[in-house]
Amino acid sequence: MIRLPLVLFFSAVLFSAGVYGVLARRNAVLVLMSIELMLNAVNVNLIAFSQALHDLTGQAFALFVIAVAAAEVGIGLAIVILIYRNRETINIDEVNLLKW
Amino acid sequence: MAADWIVFWVCAPISIGSAIAMLLQRNAVHAALFLIVNLFTVAVLYLVLGAPFLFAVQIIVYAGAIMVLFLFVIMLLGVDREERLVERLRGQRTAAILLGLGVVGEVVFAIRAGVGFSTRAPAGFGAANGGGNPQALGRLLFRAYFLPFEVTSILLMVAAVAAMVLARRRERPVASAERRAQEPIEPSEPSEPSEPREEEPVG
Repeated sequence: MIRLPLVLFFSAVLFSAGVYGVLARRNAVLVLMSIELMLNAVNVNLIAFSQALHDLTGQAFALFVIAVAAAEVGIGLAIVILIYRNRETINIDEVNLLKW
Repeated sequence: MAADWIVFWVCAPISIGSAIAMLLQRNAVHAALFLIVNLFTVAVLYLVLGAPFLFAVQIIVYAGAIMVLFLFVIMLLGVDREERLVERLRGQRTAAILLGLGVVGEVVFAIRAGVGFSTRAPAGFGAANGGGNPQALGRLLFRAYFLPFEVTSILLMVAAVAAMVLARRRERPVASAERRAQEPIEPSEPSEPSEPREEEPVG
């Protein structure tokens, strides 16, 4: 059995990479992919705790996270296609309609 | 006991490396391929962490369905559009380094504080997994988490309908329906994608 802190460090690094992608990339599709990275890090955490606490609840929650991620990707990519169709760009710096 | 340790130390660096490679990649298709590598290695880690069912689900849903969707959209929107990765905010680099070090310290502290979890004996997970991991997970889902499970299915259905509605050709539904009723034979409009631009407010 892998020690829990190791897995937590791993998922923290993965999550930080996702945060960097969301903040630094300007391609909307890549931002969505970085969000997937973050959700994956959360799943790793849930499953690691599920193993450490001998309880399957974490795995059930990871399953819900995967389902929600699938829904989120569907909606997100539909929005990206819509933005591209309206503005011919997917650079999120240029899509500033809701920016204050 | 040593085998999963080896698998972890093989897969975790590949996973982190592919995640970072994905972030530094200018070409969106290459980034998507790196993300697929990352998802596969994370799936293997699920297997090592005692979740064989989620290993299969991860590969089928993420590496299969979601990444195909991503690649489809990337190909649809054009692959050759590159982006500049240079930040334009002033003082951003130093602030990022300082705050990043802060986050690292915080994570180290939080994990050190939670280290007591890992000292438990590994016995008992077999009992929770009685009859196999998918069976046990199914029992848990359909007994304790039945309502969230159904809500998730509603969410997926709503998302599918919403994605179809969002990505549909944008024309006024009532007006076009009336137009179609008046003149059934209608020539197709080739310049339609640029049409909705006019009604958009200037941002």
